[in-house]
Amino acid sequence: MDMPAPDAARIAGKGALGAALRAVLPEDAVISDPAETRAYECDALSAYRAAPMLVVLPRSTEEVAAVLRICHAAGVPVVPRGAGTSLAGGALPTEDSVVLGIARMNRVLEVNYDDRFIRVEAGRTNLSVSGAVEAEGFFYAPDPSSQLACAIGGNIAMNSGGAHCLKYGVTTNNLLGVTLVQMDGTVVEIGGAHMDAGGLDLLGLVCGSEGQLGVVTEATLRILPKPEGARPVLIGFRSNEVAGACVADVIKAGVLPVAIEFMDRPCIRACEDFAHAGYPDCEALLIVEVEGAESEIDEQLGLIRQIAMRHDPVEFREAVSQDEARKIWLGRKSAFGAMGQINDYMCLDGTIPVSSLPHVLRRIGEMSAEFGLDVANVFHAGDGNMHPLILYDANKPGDLETCEAFGAEILKLCVEVGGCLTGEHGVGIEKRDLMEVQYAPADLEAQMQVKDVFDPLWLLNPAKVFPLAASAARRAGREHVPGALRPRTPAGYFGNEEGA
Amino acid sequence: MRVSSEEELAEAVRDAGGPLRIRGGGTRPVGRPVAGAALDVSGLCGIRLYEPGALTLVAAAGTPLAEIEAALAGEGQRLAFEPADWRGLLGTTGEPTLGGVIAANVSGPRRVQAGAARDALLGVRFVDGRGTVVKNGGRVMKNVTGYDLVKLMAGSWGTLGVLSEVSLKVLPAPEAAATLAITGLDDAAAIGAMTAALRSPFDVTGAAHGREGTLIRIEGFADSVAYRAGRLADLLATHGAAEILRDAGRAAEIWRAVRDVAPFHDRTGDVWRLSVAPTAAAALAARSGADEVLYDWGGGLVWLLVQAGSDLRAALGDFAGHATVIRAAEETRARIAPFPPEPAPVAAISAGLRARFDPRGILNPGLMG
Repeated sequence: MDMPAPDAARIAGKGALGAALRAVLPEDAVISDPAETRAYECDALSAYRAAPMLVVLPRSTEEVAAVLRICHAAGVPVVPRGAGTSLAGGALPTEDSVVLGIARMNRVLEVNYDDRFIRVEAGRTNLSVSGAVEAEGFFYAPDPSSQLACAIGGNIAMNSGGAHCLKYGVTTNNLLGVTLVQMDGTVVEIGGAHMDAGGLDLLGLVCGSEGQLGVVTEATLRILPKPEGARPVLIGFRSNEVAGACVADVIKAGVLPVAIEFMDRPCIRACEDFAHAGYPDCEALLIVEVEGAESEIDEQLGLIRQIAMRHDPVEFREAVSQDEARKIWLGRKSAFGAMGQINDYMCLDGTIPVSSLPHVLRRIGEMSAEFGLDVANVFHAGDGNMHPLILYDANKPGDLETCEAFGAEILKLCVEVGGCLTGEHGVGIEKRDLMEVQYAPADLEAQMQVKDVFDPLWLLNPAKVFPLAASAARRAGREHVPGALRPRTPAGYFGNEEGA
Repeated sequence: MRVSSEEELAEAVRDAGGPLRIRGGGTRPVGRPVAGAALDVSGLCGIRLYEPGALTLVAAAGTPLAEIEAALAGEGQRLAFEPADWRGLLGTTGEPTLGGVIAANVSGPRRVQAGAARDALLGVRFVDGRGTVVKNGGRVMKNVTGYDLVKLMAGSWGTLGVLSEVSLKVLPAPEAAATLAITGLDDAAAIGAMTAALRSPFDVTGAAHGREGTLIRIEGFADSVAYRAGRLADLLATHGAAEILRDAGRAAEIWRAVRDVAPFHDRTGDVWRLSVAPTAAAALAARSGADEVLYDWGGGLVWLLVQAGSDLRAALGDFAGHATVIRAAEETRARIAPFPPEPAPVAAISAGLRARFDPRGILNPGLMG
């Protein structure tokens, strides 16, 4: 994975830039010591690292705007960072960039239960949003696996999902408004406590734009009343195909579980060894969770049992206590940790039409043999969001490259069957160079011209999402965009990116 | 000009010598009147793919909504966002199309629980103002591959591109439904009752207030609906005695009337809609001087019938949310901005997007202001 070569002139200007930033921020909000900036050299895609020139940790929208104005004038790229939990390299810096971390902005600004929203600063963690409204019986629905650590700002940047989106949707379906600071320091309010956009749906555009259109500093989020209860069942099957068919039948029958999780044999084994959740020894298992009052849960699970029985399950285990429910989820929730114990792994995130599940799993098995690397599959089956985990050895020369090549083939397969490269993790740098598999040049051009509007100099998180070759001219400030009021040379003191 | 394929559509836009007025079924003449040659896309027609087990449907944008809904009903499924039919409200004839519903982001009462049209939209193909075919999103439920132009296209009224194909998430139709009706509440008390219902864990799929009283809808499996109806009636007892309507036909008719704003069909005057936080709705409606008010989305959507030609925004002054003209004479829609004016930084972004997607300014120019 290539990143643009750092610009020597920018790096030479580090001292002046640091001084300019210190003039508008408190002393402790600017980090320039290489020993400390190293803490920001990567996110959860830790195979790629580069320490930024400087790190700023502002505490308010005004401070964020001040930072961006200065960097904009200086022509220095800015990499926004939430909690650094991106699996796609969304927060990976370059050595000539400034990392803008929003972790210190974590206050709850307003809670309104009657209008069912909460307004928070974007550095607040996902789980603590639910925590803030829990006492009144509310929750915030999107629940990415990293929810203990990940920031709402990062969730908005990546349009994060989670295990429960079959019923509740992903971030974009639960976001009502944002305060967005553009690269030139302009502060824009989009949306609010009301439900629909008055004009173009800019909120929908900003959500999932991977920190390339602006820095979100505050967010208004929809909160929901918690259901009376929830209960999972675990169903074991003789084959992946049968499990896949059962998923389709459950959905067709009109049951809408809040979650349908799928694990294949390698994953079941690893989780069992790690967490001792008492999973059955079988080829595939589903965890299906439904919500409601006790009687409603019984009704839904009764129907699910009927459907499952038609598929001759090797096990149908209904949780009859909180402890059993916890145990059913225990293995699934420790899947990534369990894999990490055995091996280094790469977690993919392609989404496929649910109907293609058996075919895709079979092909992944065949490719696993071809590439000589094991794969464990765990994923959100209801919505087709796969998470194949490719196991490799980081200490073995060439293994990472083989793993990446294998991963790319799996993602191409996802696109081939009508799916996409990433369901909830984002493109970042990880899938950047595969974008042309899914999108034609005109499709990418349409997306890149959106960035031209919000960030004409391409300074915000510039080397992500789009293949480097596709965005090179824009990043170098060479692209002519008709009708744009676009200064070609930043009015700064460091000169242009990539040596104009 | 009528086109019947994406290629023809792209060619028509590419070759256009001036502004185009994009027309699907022609049932929603909203926004500033557009001067231009009509471009009829109702010939782009047909369901391309429907997988009930995957809850997804792909169809050409000109496909009649009725055809989509019939196909879904055949599998016991539906469009959860409950798209409204505005023919009665706007005095139009013709067939509402799927593309029109998406371009207008039209969502009915179930929006409070199941989301808007934009939330059900998984993918689009469209022709931009240069005549280039662009695709975004796809047909899977979770997709964060690149920017979300899908949401941008929903509610853009054909001003950024002409939709040629859309793919949607569909949902199972429920086995049963019940509606609780409370009569005699004033607007503020009705908002209070709807808020109490929507704050409950009972999964309310509709909350409206108008001529028929204050209405709360729940849907699902029969036993579950019966259970929740009872619990809600208890919960709302302090607000008023709730009658539980179990006649499915009658209840469906009541909700269709809310969805389509039926109380305003035969009345003269302009129709505006407010999008606001529910607890702000009653006071705003009182200030509006409207002749009649219909609240949907628990109060988050307010339909107002006002005197023809009046400027509701002037009457309301500043408020959090926005007001849009849905029905008014062309003269009024030319004089008063039908879509809410945007603050300068937002307007600059919108203008920038239009300049990129439609550099010649030929797609429904000026419709959204």
